[in-house]
Amino acid sequence: MIKIEMTVNGRPVSGEVEGRTLLVDFIRQTLLLTGTHVGCDTTQCGACTIHLDGEPVKSCSVLAAECAGARITTIEGMANADGSLSSMQQAFQDYHGLQCGFCTPGMVMAATALLEENPTPSEAEIRHHLEGNICRCTGYHNIVKAVQAASGQDVTPVAAE
Amino acid sequence: MYDFDFERPTTIQDAVEALKAEEAIAFSGGQTLMPTMKQRLAMPSKVVSLTAIDEMKGVRLDGTSLWIGGATTHATVKRELAESYPAMSSLAGRIGDPSVRSRGTIGGSVANNDPSACYPAGTLASKGVIVTDRREIPADEFFQGMFMTALEEGEIVTAVKMQVPERAHYAKFIQPASRFPLTAVYVAKFDDGVRVAVTGASEMGVFRWTEAEEALSSGFDAGAIDGLATPDGADMISDLHGSGDYRAHLVKVMTKRAVAAA
Repeated sequence: MIKIEMTVNGRPVSGEVEGRTLLVDFIRQTLLLTGTHVGCDTTQCGACTIHLDGEPVKSCSVLAAECAGARITTIEGMANADGSLSSMQQAFQDYHGLQCGFCTPGMVMAATALLEENPTPSEAEIRHHLEGNICRCTGYHNIVKAVQAASGQDVTPVAAE
Repeated sequence: MYDFDFERPTTIQDAVEALKAEEAIAFSGGQTLMPTMKQRLAMPSKVVSLTAIDEMKGVRLDGTSLWIGGATTHATVKRELAESYPAMSSLAGRIGDPSVRSRGTIGGSVANNDPSACYPAGTLASKGVIVTDRREIPADEFFQGMFMTALEEGEIVTAVKMQVPERAHYAKFIQPASRFPLTAVYVAKFDDGVRVAVTGASEMGVFRWTEAEEALSSGFDAGAIDGLATPDGADMISDLHGSGDYRAHLVKVMTKRAVAAA
């Protein structure tokens, strides 16, 4: 077993993992932070997206042992300090950017990472950035609107490319 | 995944030592290797992560000579080369998706030499040289076929060197399910000639389309290759996404698009 320490949502955590332990399993099963979802387990769907040292990663495709010393943020760490939703979370609610909600944690994490890199993305840039996050319900349009709103831009009637 | 020993050395020397173990494998981001291991198509006894080796990270530019550390992620290359080598930045920014680009590395990509990967084409077109823990290998000799390279057992890609061309563009016809190229062409114009590297098409992996290089070297214009025959479709990958002849056709189309956009 390998002993690891990291910071998750601002709190120091530690645990013992096998070499093969996936980061998402450490997050869900050891830390009991089950907001991060496992959709495909094959690096395709993006439901398990979290932030690793500020960058979006699919936590089903990162080894926990590789994250020793890292700074991690999950969906549980997104709300504001007073418990209110982050602007991205609020925008997903306001613009009905979810239906079943399974992909939503990953969508919010991916979209939040986009705005940190590019505060006012175009519609095309939003769609390009979310290519790794699959949603089977919404058809994406309302997700795109939510990201436009969260970035303080006009929400245009969007259509598929 | 089957369990394995895990090591995360912080120097190249320690990584080379760690890789001397029986059935040890280098792990440089793991965006291909981890899904492969989950499917049990790879069952290493030991995984040696290269992501904590600082001397293998970063992008350095000296004139037109570019050095990219082997453990540098696609996201970093995209960011660092945005001004100095936009075509390579664009290539890096179109690999996979943002999460893959946060973890995947150039060293891992060239060492794996997937026949549809992006970096082998960019590296080959940009007069690349693969730097390892023991030698330097020109890209023309490094890429040897589908998933085949000149790497020896336990040899680590520590950096990739390139030359920044006068003009370049990477034209990628995407396979939308995998986001790998169905066929893609990297065109680079240097003062002493043009290089055209093709990925996603050949059964032998990345290759240079020399007929197009000659035609474009005498006139860098998309029309310069109009008269050329497409490469032989019989040598091309044929699968449910496209026949060999279709890919051969795409080689010419994407070359023209790359030249027009360069």
